[in-house]
Amino acid sequence: MSFLFFTIITVLTGCGNLLVLDPKGPQAQTQADVIMISIWTMLFVVIVVFALLAYMLIKYRASKQSDDYEPPHIEGSKVMESIFVGIPVIIIIFLSIVSVKSNYAVESTPEGYEDQEPLVIYASSSNWKWHFSYPEQDIETVNYLYIPTDRALEFKLYSHGPITSFWVPQLGGQKYAMADMVTTLHLAADVPGEFFGRNANFSGKGFAHNTFNVNAVPPAEFEEWVDEVKETASPITEDRFQELLEPGHLGQLTFTGTHLEFSPAPEHNHGGSQSHDKHDGHENHDHHEKHEDHEEEESSDHHHH
Amino acid sequence: MEFFERFAIPHPSPAIYASMVAIGLTVIAIIAGLTYFKKWGYIWREWLTTVDHKRIGIMYLISALLMLFRGGVDAIMMRSQLAVPGNTLLDAQHYNEIFTTHGIVMILFMAMPFIIALMNFVVPLQIGARDVAFPRLNALSFWLFFFAAMLFNISFVVGGSPDAGWTSYFPLAGNEHSPHVGTNYYMIAIQIAGLGTLMTGINFIVTILKMRAPGMTLMKMPMFTWSALITNVIIVFAFPVLTIALAMGTMDRLFGTHFFSIDNGGMDMLWANLFWVWGHPEVYILILPAFGIYSEVISTFARRNLYGYKSMVASMVIISLFSFLVWVHHFFTMGQGAFVNSIFSVTTMAIAVPTGIKIFNWLFTLWKGKIVMTTPMLYSMLFIPIFTIGGVTGVMLGMSAADYQYHNTMFLVAHFHLVIIPGVVFAMLAGLTYWWPKMFGFMLNERIGKWAAWLIAVGTCVAFFPMFISGLDGQARRMYTYSEATGFGFWNMLSFIGAGILAIGFVLIVYNIYYSTRYATRDIGADPWDARTLEWATHSPVPEYNFAITPEVNSSEALWDEKKKGHKLFKGSYQEIHMPSKSGVPFIMSAIFFVFGFAMIFSLWILAIVSLLGIFACLIHRSFEQDHGYHISVKEIEETEAKMGGAKG
Repeated sequence: MSFLFFTIITVLTGCGNLLVLDPKGPQAQTQADVIMISIWTMLFVVIVVFALLAYMLIKYRASKQSDDYEPPHIEGSKVMESIFVGIPVIIIIFLSIVSVKSNYAVESTPEGYEDQEPLVIYASSSNWKWHFSYPEQDIETVNYLYIPTDRALEFKLYSHGPITSFWVPQLGGQKYAMADMVTTLHLAADVPGEFFGRNANFSGKGFAHNTFNVNAVPPAEFEEWVDEVKETASPITEDRFQELLEPGHLGQLTFTGTHLEFSPAPEHNHGGSQSHDKHDGHENHDHHEKHEDHEEEESSDHHHH
Repeated sequence: MEFFERFAIPHPSPAIYASMVAIGLTVIAIIAGLTYFKKWGYIWREWLTTVDHKRIGIMYLISALLMLFRGGVDAIMMRSQLAVPGNTLLDAQHYNEIFTTHGIVMILFMAMPFIIALMNFVVPLQIGARDVAFPRLNALSFWLFFFAAMLFNISFVVGGSPDAGWTSYFPLAGNEHSPHVGTNYYMIAIQIAGLGTLMTGINFIVTILKMRAPGMTLMKMPMFTWSALITNVIIVFAFPVLTIALAMGTMDRLFGTHFFSIDNGGMDMLWANLFWVWGHPEVYILILPAFGIYSEVISTFARRNLYGYKSMVASMVIISLFSFLVWVHHFFTMGQGAFVNSIFSVTTMAIAVPTGIKIFNWLFTLWKGKIVMTTPMLYSMLFIPIFTIGGVTGVMLGMSAADYQYHNTMFLVAHFHLVIIPGVVFAMLAGLTYWWPKMFGFMLNERIGKWAAWLIAVGTCVAFFPMFISGLDGQARRMYTYSEATGFGFWNMLSFIGAGILAIGFVLIVYNIYYSTRYATRDIGADPWDARTLEWATHSPVPEYNFAITPEVNSSEALWDEKKKGHKLFKGSYQEIHMPSKSGVPFIMSAIFFVFGFAMIFSLWILAIVSLLGIFACLIHRSFEQDHGYHISVKEIEETEAKMGGAKG
């Protein structure tokens, strides 16, 4: 068993080709670092426990002792128990600091990218597809993403059905997409490449194949791609979009325009404290714009029913 | 015809038809067997109407073992399907149903009854009581659990099994995305079983607080009893949350309410929160009794008192409090932001401290001991290293930023199996082997038992370690298939082999029970392990009144003190013993609950109302019933004690 454990450690550290430990962006890098810090720290704990167990089992086996040996009655000791508590507490404090810092890091614009306006992409799931809307570029894709490298990406996630989880392991960890609110995931790609993405949260029959492709390309190439889409793709219409939402699998599709125009994201449905804040008048300017969308959405909702 | 269509399986397969035939034949065989051997009266008098905590414990045990095999077959099917890429053994729908029922069966219909089985059998004996505080309520708890388990298990042949995962997240579990009755089974069957569990919780708290033998103060209780007390306190606080969540889910599915729906003001994440506010404490409901068992076993076979008794108790109390403060770590990825996640990340990792105290106390119980490697001890010694690995990966998962990468992956699956299997299953098998002679009056074969323990431990490692790797390589959990290009094939094949080794281990346990029942000596005395606590101070098997004379206790190891320090456990002479009467009402009432549940699942409203009236009739009957139990005379006690080989107190 310990053989197996060490095999795992070797695999983890030796060939770094496991997706999560082969990061291609700052957020995934942070997470891979946290994972490795925790593995080494925990390895220390495991070695201490294994060593103590081995020592006790070898030294205190009945077969190693005389027949008349009577084990003593030992109540426990304040010193020993302080050590049992003290060392773990120190370890947990250390890991807590790492955890809190890294959580704030992955929940904000990636370090080094703060000075530029992030590219906002709406990623919404439906059974069992992903719809990617680029409001800035005014285009939409299904089941594949084009992203520019070296630019902060802000994914706005929501779902047209069950809860799903947007995950591109090499760019960063996942976040849920839900039908009644929009969540935000901050990512960025350092290097060009093709990355694997999927819905990680079980969502029914077609879940296993609920995947998508991510193409990270240099910014100039990204602009070329956008231009090409605008020239060649057909516009997305409300009817066409309703067809796309039907349960099933689709290949990769490309459209001009976005579905957000006629079917906006659920930005302010009971978004908990967030929306309350906004009603209290804490909103900044561009949230305000979306607020108006919200009212439109409500009326279009009624229209659908 | 439309009426009957609802009972049909939405996606039949030969395997399901074969199961229908098998279930039919088994039922016929049982009925024919009982009739042919004229055992109906015996079954009714001695088992179906019993209120004896020992018999109820044994019935829980048998049910748990049956469910272990049901859940195990699910597991084998899942591992077979994933053993090679692109496998077509199961389709998506079957796979979804199987992992859903695997989770529910293993947690709620295997692990729960297993711990309740051992608590039932052992706790009253460990505290020197005649029975639990409310023996008839105890019978009702068991029969509610039993009929709920049966109701849940017929789902795959009548109407279809739930398929939204054991967590049953809405809106996936709502009518729109899960239109067939499967999720109704989930809502109703778990509700009925949960009622039984809640009653058990109340029953055992009262039993432990009010019925301890003279001299047994709280800090002189054996550690297993301590763990049972804390577990039942958690049950009483946690299960009502599940009750409410299930009731709301039921109303959403049957009566068109919108608690968890995504329109009309419903909130899907409310279900996830309620589920885990119960679900995380549930993990500790399972693990704390297991810790109690390890404390008993390690102390017994290290031939030493438990190291750090007070810190053991304190750590369990702290764990029980913290267990209610960590639920958000089950969905760090829900978008609640860094602040909330940070709080729950720290509380989650903090639980490692009291858990670590326990591990070190067990290690130091071995220190200066005289270790005898019996089967229960072997399980305990295999538990420590494997559980440590499972536990430290839990700390890793508790780091919220990193969790974004582990969440919903095989890494998580590896983690929780590597805590629950060594933590709970090894403990149950250790406890089963340890208390078996007390239950049945003979010991399980040690040689076969050790083989099984090693196979199960090796199988656990081979089955679950590879999942850490495939998880970090991007394999999400609950995928019914994957392509060869992913490279997951090798790791999943290893897991499949591990599952096979585990299966052989469990088959060996069954063989051991058969072998030992047939060949083991019955001449084992009351205390075959040279143990330390009260349950070993009475006969094996235990007479119905437990102790002829109520023992007097001076420490947490009263029997050991009698053996080594001249403490006198049993003082005085035989007195008439007051015992509770048998009753068929718990069985009948639970059977009506089964009908009620079935009617609710299939929206058969008239039947539901009629059976509900039946349940109320049983309650009213009980309210007006005059039953003061019966007395065992001194003469009968003398006869029993003489027959059992001399007075034990």
